[in-house]
Amino acid sequence: MGSVPRVTTTASPPDDGLVVVVKQDCPTCRLVAPVLGDLGATVYSQDDPAFPDGVAVRDDTWLDASTALGIDVVPTLLRREGGVETARAEGWDREAWRGLSGVADLGAELPDWKPGCGSRTHDPEVADELLVRARGHELTARRVELAGLEDEAEALHDRGWTDGLPVVAPTLPRVLRMLAGTTRAPDEVVAVVPPNLAPATVEKIAVNAVLAGCRPEYLPVVLAAVEAACTPEFNAHGLLATTWSASPAVLVHGPVARRIGVNAGGNALGQGSRANSTIGRALQLVIRNVGGGRPGEVDRATLGQPGKVGLCFAEDEAGSPWEPLSVARGVPAGASAVTVFAAEGAHGLVDQISRTPASLARSLARGLQGVGHPKLAPGFDAVLVLAPEHVAVFAEGGWDRARFTTELDALLVAHAEELARGADGIEEGVPEPTGPRSKFRPGGLMVVVAGGGAGKFSTVLGGWVGGHGGSTPVTRVIEEA
Amino acid sequence: MIVSTVVLDPTDESRPAARTVGPRPGDLTGRTVGLLDIAKPRGEVFLDRLAELLAERGVTVRRYAKPTFTRPLPADLRAEIAAECDVVIEALAD
Repeated sequence: MGSVPRVTTTASPPDDGLVVVVKQDCPTCRLVAPVLGDLGATVYSQDDPAFPDGVAVRDDTWLDASTALGIDVVPTLLRREGGVETARAEGWDREAWRGLSGVADLGAELPDWKPGCGSRTHDPEVADELLVRARGHELTARRVELAGLEDEAEALHDRGWTDGLPVVAPTLPRVLRMLAGTTRAPDEVVAVVPPNLAPATVEKIAVNAVLAGCRPEYLPVVLAAVEAACTPEFNAHGLLATTWSASPAVLVHGPVARRIGVNAGGNALGQGSRANSTIGRALQLVIRNVGGGRPGEVDRATLGQPGKVGLCFAEDEAGSPWEPLSVARGVPAGASAVTVFAAEGAHGLVDQISRTPASLARSLARGLQGVGHPKLAPGFDAVLVLAPEHVAVFAEGGWDRARFTTELDALLVAHAEELARGADGIEEGVPEPTGPRSKFRPGGLMVVVAGGGAGKFSTVLGGWVGGHGGSTPVTRVIEEA
Repeated sequence: MIVSTVVLDPTDESRPAARTVGPRPGDLTGRTVGLLDIAKPRGEVFLDRLAELLAERGVTVRRYAKPTFTRPLPADLRAEIAAECDVVIEALAD
């Protein structure tokens, strides 16, 4: 029996009297079938309306009555009074059935006791259909029917809903299961998504989270990321439209990261972790599908970068000797949050020799000068991802996050004569600089600890123009996580 | 048996079945032309020359500028241009 039949004669259970629920495919139900006629009960059959023989049976192959009555086991005998259940017996238990029904000699020829079988409402084969029947009315997104001969992956691609990789079909059961990942109502508007300024409801974001391959427990992170990315200060429209390569990236903070498996360890910026691969992708698909931001249209990137499929990772807060970045950004310790920031592709910074904070800081500063262009300052924002072997050098030298930031800031100042247009034989540069300039605007460099335990390699994620003329990183606490 | 699959639309459902372009005037006589500088470098050089050429043809020219090219046109400026002009020419690139 592959699906639930489309016709039913099920009526609401009686307000008063006995009710029995059975299915033919259960030996205990077949055992008790001969005595059901003695009960004067309303009998529901979950699978075969012709069973049991000899009594009036209500067809519950749609399982509406079983769902309404909360049936877990068949057979179940229950008594209702004034529309309320007052007693229940599950499986065959002669004494219980006699007491409940008041029929003193009921089932004299049957064994004393025989356990029942699982109710068909718990059959995985019908679970999706029951879910849609119970909660499908909550979904308001337009239904699109894919023809039977269409290949699912091709059909979704042809409709323009993908980033070029295959997506998971957002069927009603999948979207309903995704929505179970949040306590927020499906019709709540989370954000107005650029460039088309289209409202994104929880449901619409859930549809895109299904497309992206997310699990339901990722949804609160995706919702927070969409909310953060659609703020005026993040300026997703400008970031999308710029010819520069940067794109929204998602950094996850706090206990939610470990709980749902956002990788902050080895290969944190790479492939292989489902949460990392799909959360950033869900945000990108929301911008594409809800906001209408597509490459070649409003997305004018000259080259783009591989992380535009989706880039998401977490800070290794447990392994870091430092206060988490989220706390430095004002998130209460122990809270979960996301920070959305503009990111280019990752670029490694090697230093396998420095063993003192002073040397390593100078080394990293030299690498960071390359963001955008070594002669542009202040240029673009950036995120420095410090690997465990590098942050350990600072921790062992007594440098905390604040000290590191202060020391690095001082090292990231360049002299006017180095930056000027034409200096060093390079026409690019700062026009007529009058004095030393910092590489990053205040707050323009975020420092995150992540990565595997081996390797004296940190990484820089260059950004985009920071501040009002560009994009400011935005952090949002995930209230429900 | 062939079973169809029903999926939920992930888009904003606006289905802009090719947005139509407004009708273009046959000529600019008696029209007002807005010149919009989006604040990209040297956009004004291009627009200054256009303004000269249009003025020679007796066309009324109005000049507008976005505060920055990195952000969308402010809504009130968009409304102002729509109210005051028949045609707009935008200097888009460097």
